[in-house]
Amino acid sequence: MDLFQLITEIEKVDPEVYERFDSRRRVFKHLTGMGKKLSAAALPGFVAALFNKAYGQTAGPSVNDVLNLALSLEYLEFYFYDTGLNTTGLIPEPERRAIELIRNDESGHIKTLRGALGSAAIPDPGRAAFDYSGGKGSGTGPFAPALLPGGTALYFGVAQSFVDTGVRAYKGGAPFLMTNKDILEAALNIHSVEARHSSHIRTVRRGLAAGVLGGPTSATTPAGADPKVSPKSWISGNDGGGPSPQTNPSTADVYGPGTNPPPAGVPTGITFPGEDNVVQAGRTITTDSGVSAAAASEAFDEPLDYVKVKAIARNFVAASTTLFV
Amino acid sequence: MTKQTYPAQLEDKSSGGLRNALPRRDFLRYTGAGLALTGLVLNGCSDDDDNVDPNANNTVNVGTSDIGVLNYAYALEQLEAAFYAQVIAGGTGTYFTSLGANSAERQILTDLAAHEKAHRDFFKNTIPANSIIKELSPDFSAIDFNVGKRAAGAPAGTKLGVLDAAMAFEDLGVAAYNGAGRYITNPVYLALAGKIVSVEARHAALIRDLMSYNTFVGSDVVDLFTPTGSASTPGVGNGTGLEKSKRPAEVITTANQFLQEGSKLNVSGLA
Repeated sequence: MDLFQLITEIEKVDPEVYERFDSRRRVFKHLTGMGKKLSAAALPGFVAALFNKAYGQTAGPSVNDVLNLALSLEYLEFYFYDTGLNTTGLIPEPERRAIELIRNDESGHIKTLRGALGSAAIPDPGRAAFDYSGGKGSGTGPFAPALLPGGTALYFGVAQSFVDTGVRAYKGGAPFLMTNKDILEAALNIHSVEARHSSHIRTVRRGLAAGVLGGPTSATTPAGADPKVSPKSWISGNDGGGPSPQTNPSTADVYGPGTNPPPAGVPTGITFPGEDNVVQAGRTITTDSGVSAAAASEAFDEPLDYVKVKAIARNFVAASTTLFV
Repeated sequence: MTKQTYPAQLEDKSSGGLRNALPRRDFLRYTGAGLALTGLVLNGCSDDDDNVDPNANNTVNVGTSDIGVLNYAYALEQLEAAFYAQVIAGGTGTYFTSLGANSAERQILTDLAAHEKAHRDFFKNTIPANSIIKELSPDFSAIDFNVGKRAAGAPAGTKLGVLDAAMAFEDLGVAAYNGAGRYITNPVYLALAGKIVSVEARHAALIRDLMSYNTFVGSDVVDLFTPTGSASTPGVGNGTGLEKSKRPAEVITTANQFLQEGSKLNVSGLA
Protein backbone atom coordinates (compact mmCIF):
# COMPACT_ATOMS: atom_id res chain seq x y z
CA MET A 1 0.00 0.00 0.00
CA ASP A 2 1.33 3.39 -0.96
CA LEU A 3 0.20 5.83 1.68
CA PHE A 4 0.82 8.89 -0.44
CA GLN A 5 -0.98 7.43 -3.41
CA LEU A 6 -3.89 6.82 -1.07
CA ILE A 7 -3.88 10.42 0.10
CA THR A 8 -3.70 11.65 -3.48
CA GLU A 9 -6.77 9.60 -4.26
CA ILE A 10 -8.58 11.01 -1.27
CA GLU A 11 -7.66 14.51 -2.34
CA LYS A 12 -9.74 14.03 -5.46
CA VAL A 13 -12.87 13.81 -3.35
CA ASP A 14 -11.72 15.87 -0.41
CA PRO A 15 -9.40 18.72 -1.36
CA GLU A 16 -8.98 19.51 2.30
CA VAL A 17 -7.33 16.23 3.14
CA TYR A 18 -3.90 17.80 3.51
CA GLU A 19 -5.20 20.48 5.79
CA ARG A 20 -6.89 17.88 7.91
CA PHE A 21 -3.59 16.18 8.37
CA ASP A 22 -1.74 19.39 8.78
CA SER A 23 -3.98 20.84 11.43
CA ARG A 24 -3.38 17.66 13.33
CA ARG A 25 0.29 17.78 12.71
CA ARG A 26 0.99 15.76 15.77
CA VAL A 27 -0.22 12.65 13.99
CA PHE A 28 2.97 12.79 12.03
CA LYS A 29 4.86 12.26 15.20
CA HIS A 30 3.87 8.69 14.68
CA LEU A 31 5.76 8.80 11.45
CA THR A 32 9.17 8.82 13.00
CA GLY A 33 9.72 5.67 11.02
CA MET A 34 9.02 7.57 7.80
CA GLY A 35 12.35 6.53 6.35
CA LYS A 36 11.85 2.99 7.43
CA LYS A 37 9.29 0.75 5.97
CA LEU A 38 6.30 0.18 8.10
CA SER A 39 5.69 -3.49 8.43
CA ALA A 40 2.82 -4.73 6.35
CA ALA A 41 1.10 -5.88 9.47
CA ALA A 42 1.38 -2.52 11.21
CA LEU A 43 0.29 -0.38 8.30
CA PRO A 44 -3.48 -0.87 8.39
CA GLY A 45 -3.64 0.03 12.05
CA PHE A 46 -1.50 3.08 11.53
CA VAL A 47 -3.55 4.29 8.60
CA ALA A 48 -6.77 3.81 10.50
CA ALA A 49 -5.44 5.82 13.41
CA LEU A 50 -4.19 8.54 11.08
CA PHE A 51 -7.51 8.98 9.35
CA ASN A 52 -9.47 8.71 12.52
CA LYS A 53 -7.54 11.64 13.87
CA ALA A 54 -7.76 13.60 10.65
CA TYR A 55 -11.46 13.18 10.22
CA GLY A 56 -12.59 12.38 13.71
CA GLN A 57 -11.63 15.50 15.59
CA THR A 58 -11.26 18.50 13.37
CA ALA A 59 -14.62 18.33 11.64
CA GLY A 60 -16.58 21.53 12.03
CA PRO A 61 -20.25 21.98 11.31
CA SER A 62 -21.56 20.79 7.96
CA VAL A 63 -23.40 23.06 5.56
CA ASN A 64 -26.66 21.71 6.92
CA ASP A 65 -25.55 22.26 10.51
CA VAL A 66 -24.86 25.90 9.72
CA LEU A 67 -28.13 26.37 7.87
CA ASN A 68 -30.15 24.72 10.62
CA LEU A 69 -28.53 26.94 13.23
CA ALA A 70 -29.43 29.92 11.04
CA LEU A 71 -32.96 28.59 10.67
CA SER A 72 -33.28 28.19 14.43
CA LEU A 73 -32.21 31.80 14.91
CA GLU A 74 -34.70 32.93 12.29
CA TYR A 75 -37.51 31.17 14.15
CA LEU A 76 -36.35 32.80 17.36
CA GLU A 77 -36.55 36.20 15.70
CA PHE A 78 -39.72 35.57 13.73
CA TYR A 79 -41.79 34.61 16.73
CA PHE A 80 -40.37 37.47 18.76
CA TYR A 81 -41.48 40.05 16.22
CA ASP A 82 -44.77 38.29 15.60
CA THR A 83 -45.56 38.08 19.29
CA GLY A 84 -44.73 41.76 19.68
CA LEU A 85 -47.07 42.70 16.86
CA ASN A 86 -49.82 40.68 18.54
CA THR A 87 -49.32 42.24 21.97
CA THR A 88 -51.63 45.18 22.47
CA GLY A 89 -49.97 48.32 23.70
CA LEU A 90 -46.42 47.24 23.00
CA ILE A 91 -45.30 48.51 19.60
CA PRO A 92 -46.20 52.16 18.98
CA GLU A 93 -48.22 52.67 15.84
CA PRO A 94 -45.52 54.68 13.97
CA GLU A 95 -43.13 51.73 14.36
CA ARG A 96 -45.51 48.89 13.52
CA ARG A 97 -44.78 49.01 9.80
CA ALA A 98 -41.08 48.45 10.41
CA ILE A 99 -41.66 45.48 12.68
CA GLU A 100 -44.04 44.00 10.13
CA LEU A 101 -41.40 44.41 7.44
CA ILE A 102 -38.79 42.78 9.62
CA ARG A 103 -41.10 39.95 10.70
CA ASN A 104 -41.92 39.27 7.06
CA ASP A 105 -38.25 39.33 6.05
CA GLU A 106 -37.58 36.68 8.70
CA SER A 107 -40.44 34.65 7.31
CA GLY A 108 -38.81 34.88 3.89
CA HIS A 109 -35.48 33.81 5.35
CA ILE A 110 -37.19 30.80 6.90
CA LYS A 111 -38.67 29.93 3.54
CA THR A 112 -35.27 30.28 1.88
CA LEU A 113 -33.43 28.19 4.46
CA ARG A 114 -36.08 25.49 4.41
CA GLY A 115 -35.73 25.37 0.64
CA ALA A 116 -31.95 25.00 0.86
CA LEU A 117 -32.17 22.32 3.54
CA GLY A 118 -35.01 20.31 2.07
CA SER A 119 -35.84 17.33 4.23
CA ALA A 120 -32.88 18.11 6.49
CA ALA A 121 -34.59 21.25 7.81
CA ILE A 122 -35.52 21.21 11.46
CA PRO A 123 -39.27 21.28 12.05
CA ASP A 124 -40.91 24.59 12.95
CA PRO A 125 -40.46 24.67 16.74
CA GLY A 126 -43.47 26.98 17.13
CA ARG A 127 -43.93 29.99 19.37
CA ALA A 128 -44.14 27.88 22.51
CA ALA A 129 -40.55 26.67 22.12
CA PHE A 130 -39.17 30.09 22.99
CA ASP A 131 -38.87 31.82 26.32
CA TYR A 132 -38.24 35.45 25.45
CA SER A 133 -37.80 36.31 29.10
CA GLY A 134 -34.33 34.81 28.88
CA GLY A 135 -35.34 32.37 31.61
CA LYS A 136 -34.50 29.13 29.80
CA GLY A 137 -38.09 28.01 29.93
CA SER A 138 -39.03 29.44 33.31
CA GLY A 139 -40.71 32.46 31.77
CA THR A 140 -39.35 34.56 34.59
CA GLY A 141 -36.10 35.81 33.11
CA PRO A 142 -35.10 39.47 33.15
CA PHE A 143 -36.59 40.26 29.74
CA ALA A 144 -40.15 39.16 30.60
CA PRO A 145 -41.42 42.79 30.57
CA ALA A 146 -40.33 43.14 26.94
CA LEU A 147 -43.50 41.39 25.78
CA LEU A 148 -45.86 43.08 28.20
CA PRO A 149 -47.74 46.30 27.50
CA GLY A 150 -45.47 49.23 28.27
CA GLY A 151 -42.33 47.21 27.70
CA THR A 152 -41.58 49.06 24.48
CA ALA A 153 -38.07 50.21 25.28
CA LEU A 154 -36.99 46.79 26.47
CA TYR A 155 -38.69 45.13 23.51
CA PHE A 156 -36.57 47.09 21.08
CA GLY A 157 -33.51 46.45 23.20
CA VAL A 158 -34.06 42.71 23.08
CA ALA A 159 -34.81 42.93 19.36
CA GLN A 160 -31.47 44.67 18.84
CA SER A 161 -29.69 41.94 20.77
CA PHE A 162 -31.30 39.19 18.75
CA VAL A 163 -30.62 40.80 15.41
CA ASP A 164 -27.03 41.65 16.23
CA THR A 165 -26.50 38.06 17.36
CA GLY A 166 -27.91 37.02 14.01
CA VAL A 167 -25.61 39.32 12.06
CA ARG A 168 -22.60 37.96 13.90
CA ALA A 169 -23.80 34.37 13.51
CA TYR A 170 -24.17 34.59 9.73
CA LYS A 171 -20.75 36.19 9.53
CA GLY A 172 -19.27 33.33 11.52
CA GLY A 173 -21.16 30.73 9.52
CA ALA A 174 -20.34 31.93 6.03
CA PRO A 175 -16.90 30.26 5.76
CA PHE A 176 -18.57 26.87 6.23
CA LEU A 177 -20.80 27.46 3.22
CA MET A 178 -18.07 28.08 0.66
CA THR A 179 -18.47 24.68 -0.92
CA ASN A 180 -21.87 25.72 -2.31
CA LYS A 181 -21.69 29.14 -3.92
CA ASP A 182 -25.42 29.61 -4.33
CA ILE A 183 -26.13 28.77 -0.72
CA LEU A 184 -23.28 31.02 0.33
CA GLU A 185 -24.72 33.91 -1.65
CA ALA A 186 -28.19 33.36 -0.20
CA ALA A 187 -26.70 33.43 3.29
CA LEU A 188 -24.83 36.64 2.49
CA ASN A 189 -28.06 38.11 1.18
CA ILE A 190 -29.75 37.27 4.48
CA HIS A 191 -26.78 38.58 6.47
CA SER A 192 -26.94 42.09 5.00
CA VAL A 193 -30.71 42.27 5.47
CA GLU A 194 -30.24 41.41 9.13
CA ALA A 195 -27.72 44.25 9.35
CA ARG A 196 -30.28 46.61 7.80
CA HIS A 197 -32.76 45.48 10.45
CA SER A 198 -30.24 46.14 13.19
CA SER A 199 -29.58 49.62 11.84
CA HIS A 200 -33.28 50.43 11.89
CA ILE A 201 -33.97 48.95 15.32
CA ARG A 202 -31.15 51.09 16.64
CA THR A 203 -32.62 54.14 14.93
CA VAL A 204 -35.95 53.45 16.64
CA ARG A 205 -34.16 53.15 19.97
CA ARG A 206 -32.53 56.57 19.51
CA GLY A 207 -35.99 57.96 18.93
CA LEU A 208 -37.42 56.21 21.96
CA ALA A 209 -34.58 57.50 24.13
CA ALA A 210 -35.34 61.03 22.94
CA GLY A 211 -39.08 60.62 23.31
CA VAL A 212 -39.91 60.69 19.61
CA LEU A 213 -41.52 58.09 17.39
CA GLY A 214 -41.48 57.27 13.69
CA GLY A 215 -40.04 59.24 10.85
CA PRO A 216 -38.35 61.41 10.13
CA THR A 217 -37.65 62.33 13.74
CA SER A 218 -36.21 58.99 14.83
CA ALA A 219 -33.73 59.09 11.97
CA THR A 220 -32.80 62.69 12.66
CA THR A 221 -32.16 62.06 16.35
CA PRO A 222 -28.42 61.89 16.98
CA ALA A 223 -27.01 59.08 19.07
CA GLY A 224 -26.86 59.93 22.74
CA ALA A 225 -24.00 59.69 25.18
CA ASP A 226 -25.04 56.25 26.41
CA PRO A 227 -24.81 53.58 23.70
CA LYS A 228 -26.81 51.18 25.85
CA VAL A 229 -30.00 53.22 25.41
CA SER A 230 -29.31 55.51 22.45
CA PRO A 231 -26.96 53.59 20.16
CA LYS A 232 -25.63 54.49 16.78
CA SER A 233 -26.95 52.40 13.89
CA TRP A 234 -23.55 50.72 13.88
CA ILE A 235 -21.85 48.97 16.77
CA SER A 236 -19.49 51.38 18.50
CA GLY A 237 -16.90 49.71 20.68
CA ASN A 238 -18.86 47.11 22.59
CA ASP A 239 -21.84 49.46 22.83
CA GLY A 240 -21.37 49.51 26.58
CA GLY A 241 -22.38 45.86 26.71
CA GLY A 242 -25.58 46.39 24.77
CA PRO A 243 -29.07 47.18 25.99
CA SER A 244 -28.95 45.13 29.18
CA PRO A 245 -25.43 44.33 30.33
CA GLN A 246 -26.21 43.89 34.02
CA THR A 247 -28.83 41.16 33.76
CA ASN A 248 -28.43 37.40 33.62
CA PRO A 249 -28.42 36.61 30.77
CA SER A 250 -26.43 39.70 29.85
CA THR A 251 -26.45 41.35 26.44
CA ALA A 252 -22.73 41.93 26.90
CA ASP A 253 -22.20 38.49 25.38
CA VAL A 254 -23.78 39.69 22.15
CA TYR A 255 -21.05 42.30 21.71
CA GLY A 256 -18.14 40.64 23.45
CA PRO A 257 -15.62 38.13 22.13
CA GLY A 258 -16.57 34.69 20.92
CA THR A 259 -14.81 31.42 21.58
CA ASN A 260 -11.03 31.72 21.42
CA PRO A 261 -9.23 29.67 20.36
CA PRO A 262 -11.94 29.05 17.80
CA PRO A 263 -13.96 25.83 17.94
CA ALA A 264 -13.47 22.85 15.64
CA GLY A 265 -13.50 23.41 11.93
CA VAL A 266 -13.07 27.18 11.92
CA PRO A 267 -10.57 27.99 9.16
CA THR A 268 -7.13 29.00 10.35
CA GLY A 269 -6.79 32.76 10.58
CA ILE A 270 -10.36 33.48 11.62
CA THR A 271 -10.76 34.57 15.23
CA PHE A 272 -13.61 35.99 17.26
CA PRO A 273 -12.69 39.21 19.04
CA GLY A 274 -15.29 41.48 20.58
CA GLU A 275 -16.96 44.23 18.59
CA ASP A 276 -14.50 46.75 20.02
CA ASN A 277 -11.71 45.20 17.98
CA VAL A 278 -9.58 47.69 16.03
CA VAL A 279 -7.03 45.30 14.52
CA GLN A 280 -7.96 43.69 11.21
CA ALA A 281 -5.71 41.13 9.55
CA GLY A 282 -2.80 42.49 11.53
CA ARG A 283 -3.41 46.11 10.61
CA THR A 284 -4.20 48.56 13.39
CA ILE A 285 -6.99 50.61 11.90
CA THR A 286 -6.65 53.54 14.28
CA THR A 287 -3.00 53.97 13.32
CA ASP A 288 -3.40 53.32 9.61
CA SER A 289 -6.30 55.71 9.09
CA GLY A 290 -5.90 58.17 11.92
CA VAL A 291 -9.41 57.51 13.16
CA SER A 292 -10.67 57.09 16.71
CA ALA A 293 -10.94 53.68 18.33
CA ALA A 294 -14.70 54.12 18.21
CA ALA A 295 -14.69 54.73 14.46
CA ALA A 296 -12.23 51.90 13.84
CA SER A 297 -14.43 49.46 15.73
CA GLU A 298 -17.58 50.72 14.02
CA ALA A 299 -16.08 50.24 10.57
CA PHE A 300 -15.76 46.47 11.01
CA ASP A 301 -18.39 44.17 12.48
CA GLU A 302 -17.08 40.97 14.03
CA PRO A 303 -18.19 37.38 13.50
CA LEU A 304 -19.32 35.10 16.28
CA ASP A 305 -18.60 31.37 16.32
CA TYR A 306 -21.30 28.73 16.45
CA VAL A 307 -20.48 27.66 20.02
CA LYS A 308 -20.96 31.17 21.37
CA VAL A 309 -24.05 31.80 19.27
CA LYS A 310 -25.71 28.68 20.62
CA ALA A 311 -24.78 29.58 24.18
CA ILE A 312 -26.46 32.97 23.79
CA ALA A 313 -29.55 31.54 22.12
CA ARG A 314 -29.98 28.74 24.68
CA ASN A 315 -31.06 31.35 27.20
CA PHE A 316 -34.27 31.71 25.20
CA VAL A 317 -35.37 28.09 25.00
CA ALA A 318 -36.19 25.45 27.57
CA ALA A 319 -33.24 23.30 28.55
CA SER A 320 -35.15 20.25 27.35
CA THR A 321 -35.39 21.32 23.69
CA THR A 322 -33.07 20.23 20.92
CA LEU A 323 -32.68 23.78 19.63
CA PHE A 324 -29.22 25.34 19.84
CA VAL A 325 -27.50 22.24 21.18
CA MET B 1 5.73 25.96 6.34
CA THR B 2 4.51 26.26 9.85
CA LYS B 3 3.59 29.92 9.82
CA GLN B 4 -0.08 30.07 9.03
CA THR B 5 -1.41 32.90 11.11
CA TYR B 6 -2.85 35.30 8.56
CA PRO B 7 -2.89 38.49 10.56
CA ALA B 8 0.84 38.52 11.12
CA GLN B 9 1.51 37.81 7.49
CA LEU B 10 -1.01 40.23 6.14
CA GLU B 11 0.62 42.84 8.28
CA ASP B 12 3.98 42.40 6.70
CA LYS B 13 3.56 43.85 3.28
CA SER B 14 7.25 43.87 2.57
CA SER B 15 7.45 40.13 2.82
CA GLY B 16 4.66 39.57 0.39
CA GLY B 17 1.52 40.49 2.28
CA LEU B 18 -1.47 38.58 1.06
CA ARG B 19 0.64 36.38 -1.13
CA ASN B 20 1.74 34.42 1.86
CA ALA B 21 -1.60 34.47 3.53
CA LEU B 22 -3.16 31.70 1.54
CA PRO B 23 -4.14 28.76 3.65
CA ARG B 24 -2.31 25.53 3.27
CA ARG B 25 -5.39 23.98 1.76
CA ASP B 26 -5.48 26.41 -1.16
CA PHE B 27 -1.80 26.19 -1.59
CA LEU B 28 -2.02 22.47 -1.98
CA ARG B 29 -5.10 22.66 -4.12
CA TYR B 30 -3.36 24.83 -6.65
CA THR B 31 -0.08 23.10 -6.69
CA GLY B 32 -0.73 19.51 -5.93
CA ALA B 33 1.68 17.82 -3.64
CA GLY B 34 4.31 17.56 -6.32
CA LEU B 35 4.58 21.15 -7.49
CA ALA B 36 5.90 22.40 -4.22
CA LEU B 37 6.49 26.07 -3.64
CA THR B 38 5.55 27.60 -6.95
CA GLY B 39 1.97 27.88 -5.74
CA LEU B 40 2.75 30.81 -3.54
CA VAL B 41 3.94 32.83 -6.47
CA LEU B 42 1.05 31.75 -8.63
CA ASN B 43 -1.46 33.01 -6.18
CA GLY B 44 0.17 36.23 -5.31
CA CYS B 45 0.40 37.27 -8.89
CA SER B 46 -2.80 35.58 -9.97
CA ASP B 47 -2.18 33.31 -12.90
CA ASP B 48 -3.75 35.77 -15.32
CA ASP B 49 -1.46 38.65 -14.65
CA ASP B 50 0.77 37.73 -17.50
CA ASN B 51 -1.88 38.04 -20.14
CA VAL B 52 -4.18 40.73 -18.79
CA ASP B 53 -2.84 44.23 -18.94
CA PRO B 54 -4.40 46.13 -16.05
CA ASN B 55 -4.56 49.21 -18.21
CA ALA B 56 -5.91 47.58 -21.34
CA ASN B 57 -8.43 49.78 -23.12
CA ASN B 58 -7.73 52.52 -20.65
CA THR B 59 -9.61 50.65 -17.92
CA VAL B 60 -8.46 49.41 -14.55
CA ASN B 61 -8.57 45.63 -14.48
CA VAL B 62 -9.10 44.35 -10.97
CA GLY B 63 -7.70 40.92 -11.80
CA THR B 64 -8.98 37.49 -10.95
CA SER B 65 -9.85 35.26 -8.05
CA ASP B 66 -9.17 36.42 -4.50
CA ILE B 67 -6.91 39.31 -5.47
CA GLY B 68 -9.48 40.40 -8.02
CA VAL B 69 -12.20 40.54 -5.39
CA LEU B 70 -9.96 42.44 -3.00
CA ASN B 71 -9.11 44.97 -5.70
CA TYR B 72 -12.77 45.24 -6.63
CA ALA B 73 -13.65 45.98 -3.03
CA TYR B 74 -10.75 48.42 -2.81
CA ALA B 75 -12.06 50.25 -5.87
CA LEU B 76 -15.54 50.63 -4.42
CA GLU B 77 -14.15 51.72 -1.07
CA GLN B 78 -11.99 54.29 -2.82
CA LEU B 79 -15.09 55.70 -4.43
CA GLU B 80 -17.00 55.88 -1.16
CA ALA B 81 -14.09 57.30 0.81
CA ALA B 82 -13.46 60.00 -1.77
CA PHE B 83 -17.13 60.92 -1.80
CA TYR B 84 -17.50 61.33 1.96
CA ALA B 85 -14.16 63.10 2.22
CA GLN B 86 -15.46 65.65 -0.24
CA VAL B 87 -18.76 65.94 1.63
CA ILE B 88 -17.24 66.69 4.99
CA ALA B 89 -14.47 68.89 3.61
CA GLY B 90 -17.23 71.27 2.62
CA GLY B 91 -15.09 72.95 0.02
CA THR B 92 -17.31 71.99 -2.87
CA GLY B 93 -20.73 72.41 -1.37
CA THR B 94 -22.70 73.76 1.51
CA TYR B 95 -24.94 70.85 2.48
CA PHE B 96 -22.66 69.47 5.16
CA THR B 97 -21.39 72.79 6.46
CA SER B 98 -24.94 74.06 6.89
CA LEU B 99 -25.88 71.14 9.14
CA GLY B 100 -26.27 71.89 12.83
CA ALA B 101 -23.25 71.12 14.94
CA ASN B 102 -25.18 68.49 16.90
CA SER B 103 -27.41 67.26 14.12
CA ALA B 104 -27.82 63.58 13.38
CA GLU B 105 -26.89 64.12 9.75
CA ARG B 106 -23.56 65.69 10.68
CA GLN B 107 -22.82 62.87 13.12
CA ILE B 108 -23.77 60.25 10.56
CA LEU B 109 -21.80 61.67 7.63
CA THR B 110 -18.77 62.22 9.84
CA ASP B 111 -18.92 58.59 10.94
CA LEU B 112 -19.39 57.36 7.40
CA ALA B 113 -16.38 59.33 6.20
CA ALA B 114 -14.23 57.73 8.91
CA HIS B 115 -15.55 54.21 8.25
CA GLU B 116 -15.02 54.36 4.52
CA LYS B 117 -11.57 55.84 4.95
CA ALA B 118 -10.77 52.93 7.26
CA HIS B 119 -12.04 50.44 4.68
CA ARG B 120 -10.09 52.03 1.84
CA ASP B 121 -6.88 52.22 3.80
CA PHE B 122 -7.26 48.66 4.97
CA PHE B 123 -7.31 47.33 1.43
CA LYS B 124 -4.59 49.72 0.35
CA ASN B 125 -2.37 48.43 3.12
CA THR B 126 -3.03 44.74 2.66
CA ILE B 127 -3.24 44.02 -1.06
CA PRO B 128 0.26 43.10 -2.27
CA ALA B 129 2.04 45.91 -4.05
CA ASN B 130 2.56 43.87 -7.20
CA SER B 131 -1.17 43.17 -7.54
CA ILE B 132 -2.92 46.28 -6.27
CA ILE B 133 -4.82 48.58 -8.59
CA LYS B 134 -3.90 52.24 -8.75
CA GLU B 135 -5.55 55.07 -6.88
CA LEU B 136 -8.67 55.95 -8.83
CA SER B 137 -9.80 59.40 -9.87
CA PRO B 138 -13.48 59.90 -9.07
CA ASP B 139 -15.89 62.00 -11.09
CA PHE B 140 -18.57 63.47 -8.86
CA SER B 141 -19.89 65.96 -11.39
CA ALA B 142 -23.31 64.28 -11.17
CA ILE B 143 -23.57 65.20 -7.48
CA ASP B 144 -24.61 68.60 -6.11
CA PHE B 145 -22.84 68.95 -2.79
CA ASN B 146 -25.08 71.88 -1.87
CA VAL B 147 -28.13 69.67 -1.71
CA GLY B 148 -29.11 66.94 0.76
CA LYS B 149 -31.96 65.30 -1.01
CA ARG B 150 -32.96 65.90 -4.59
CA ALA B 151 -36.51 67.21 -4.91
CA ALA B 152 -39.14 64.58 -5.56
CA GLY B 153 -40.07 64.50 -9.24
CA ALA B 154 -36.93 66.33 -10.29
CA PRO B 155 -36.42 66.16 -14.05
CA ALA B 156 -34.05 63.63 -15.52
CA GLY B 157 -30.49 64.82 -15.42
CA THR B 158 -30.92 66.67 -12.13
CA LYS B 159 -27.85 66.16 -10.01
CA LEU B 160 -27.98 63.86 -7.03
CA GLY B 161 -27.98 65.36 -3.58
CA VAL B 162 -25.48 64.23 -0.98
CA LEU B 163 -27.92 61.80 0.62
CA ASP B 164 -29.09 60.48 -2.77
CA ALA B 165 -25.50 59.74 -3.68
CA ALA B 166 -24.72 58.24 -0.27
CA MET B 167 -27.67 55.90 -0.63
CA ALA B 168 -26.59 54.90 -4.12
CA PHE B 169 -23.04 54.15 -2.99
CA GLU B 170 -24.03 52.26 0.15
CA ASP B 171 -26.66 50.11 -1.52
CA LEU B 172 -24.27 49.42 -4.37
CA GLY B 173 -21.56 48.39 -1.94
CA VAL B 174 -23.80 45.90 -0.17
CA ALA B 175 -25.01 44.36 -3.42
CA ALA B 176 -21.43 44.22 -4.69
CA TYR B 177 -19.93 42.48 -1.67
CA ASN B 178 -22.78 39.97 -1.58
CA GLY B 179 -22.45 39.25 -5.27
CA ALA B 180 -18.69 38.80 -5.12
CA GLY B 181 -18.53 36.43 -2.17
CA ARG B 182 -18.74 33.46 -4.50
CA TYR B 183 -15.44 34.39 -6.17
CA ILE B 184 -13.50 34.27 -2.93
CA THR B 185 -11.59 31.05 -2.27
CA ASN B 186 -9.81 32.01 0.94
CA PRO B 187 -12.15 31.85 3.95
CA VAL B 188 -10.14 34.53 5.74
CA TYR B 189 -10.93 37.00 2.98
CA LEU B 190 -14.57 35.98 3.02
CA ALA B 191 -14.66 36.71 6.73
CA LEU B 192 -13.03 40.10 6.17
CA ALA B 193 -15.53 41.00 3.47
CA GLY B 194 -18.29 39.93 5.84
CA LYS B 195 -17.00 42.28 8.51
CA ILE B 196 -17.27 45.19 6.10
CA VAL B 197 -20.48 44.44 4.23
CA SER B 198 -22.70 44.44 7.29
CA VAL B 199 -21.38 47.89 8.18
CA GLU B 200 -22.22 49.07 4.67
CA ALA B 201 -25.71 47.64 5.16
CA ARG B 202 -26.07 49.53 8.43
CA HIS B 203 -25.05 52.71 6.60
CA ALA B 204 -27.43 52.04 3.74
CA ALA B 205 -30.38 51.41 6.04
CA LEU B 206 -29.90 54.62 7.99
CA ILE B 207 -29.35 56.80 4.93
CA ARG B 208 -32.51 55.30 3.46
CA ASP B 209 -34.41 56.00 6.68
CA LEU B 210 -33.19 59.58 6.50
CA MET B 211 -34.40 59.81 2.92
CA SER B 212 -37.73 58.17 3.66
CA TYR B 213 -38.52 56.51 6.96
CA ASN B 214 -39.06 52.74 6.93
CA THR B 215 -37.28 52.25 3.61
CA PHE B 216 -34.34 50.56 5.37
CA VAL B 217 -35.43 47.52 3.43
CA GLY B 218 -36.96 48.67 0.15
CA SER B 219 -38.13 46.58 -2.75
CA ASP B 220 -35.36 48.06 -4.88
CA VAL B 221 -32.70 46.42 -2.70
CA VAL B 222 -34.48 43.52 -0.98
CA ASP B 223 -36.76 40.86 -2.44
CA LEU B 224 -39.41 41.61 0.14
CA PHE B 225 -41.53 38.75 1.44
CA THR B 226 -45.30 38.96 1.42
CA PRO B 227 -47.22 36.39 3.45
CA THR B 228 -49.95 34.64 1.49
CA GLY B 229 -51.68 33.13 4.48
CA SER B 230 -51.55 34.09 8.11
CA ALA B 231 -48.56 36.34 8.62
CA SER B 232 -48.02 34.47 11.89
CA THR B 233 -47.24 31.25 10.04
CA PRO B 234 -43.59 31.47 9.03
CA GLY B 235 -42.28 30.68 5.58
CA VAL B 236 -45.49 30.83 3.58
CA GLY B 237 -45.65 33.60 1.03
CA ASN B 238 -44.10 35.25 -1.98
CA GLY B 239 -40.55 36.62 -2.03
CA THR B 240 -37.51 35.65 0.00
CA GLY B 241 -36.42 38.53 2.21
CA LEU B 242 -33.00 38.37 0.51
CA GLU B 243 -30.81 41.30 -0.47
CA LYS B 244 -30.62 41.68 -4.25
CA SER B 245 -26.93 40.98 -4.76
CA LYS B 246 -25.29 42.13 -7.98
CA ARG B 247 -22.57 40.62 -10.08
CA PRO B 248 -19.44 42.71 -10.66
CA ALA B 249 -20.33 43.51 -14.27
CA GLU B 250 -23.62 45.03 -13.16
CA VAL B 251 -22.04 46.91 -10.29
CA ILE B 252 -19.45 48.65 -12.40
CA THR B 253 -22.00 50.03 -14.83
CA THR B 254 -23.04 52.20 -11.90
CA ALA B 255 -19.63 52.66 -10.31
CA ASN B 256 -18.01 53.71 -13.58
CA GLN B 257 -20.42 56.62 -13.85
CA PHE B 258 -18.56 58.10 -10.90
CA LEU B 259 -15.06 57.43 -12.20
CA GLN B 260 -12.99 59.45 -14.65
CA GLU B 261 -11.70 58.10 -17.92
CA GLY B 262 -8.65 56.04 -17.14
CA SER B 263 -10.08 55.05 -13.77
CA LYS B 264 -13.08 53.10 -14.99
CA LEU B 265 -13.15 49.52 -13.80
CA ASN B 266 -12.81 46.31 -15.75
CA VAL B 267 -14.06 43.23 -13.92
CA SER B 268 -13.83 40.75 -16.77
CA GLY B 269 -11.60 38.58 -14.59
CA LEU B 270 -14.39 38.07 -12.06
CA ALA B 271 -16.98 35.75 -13.48
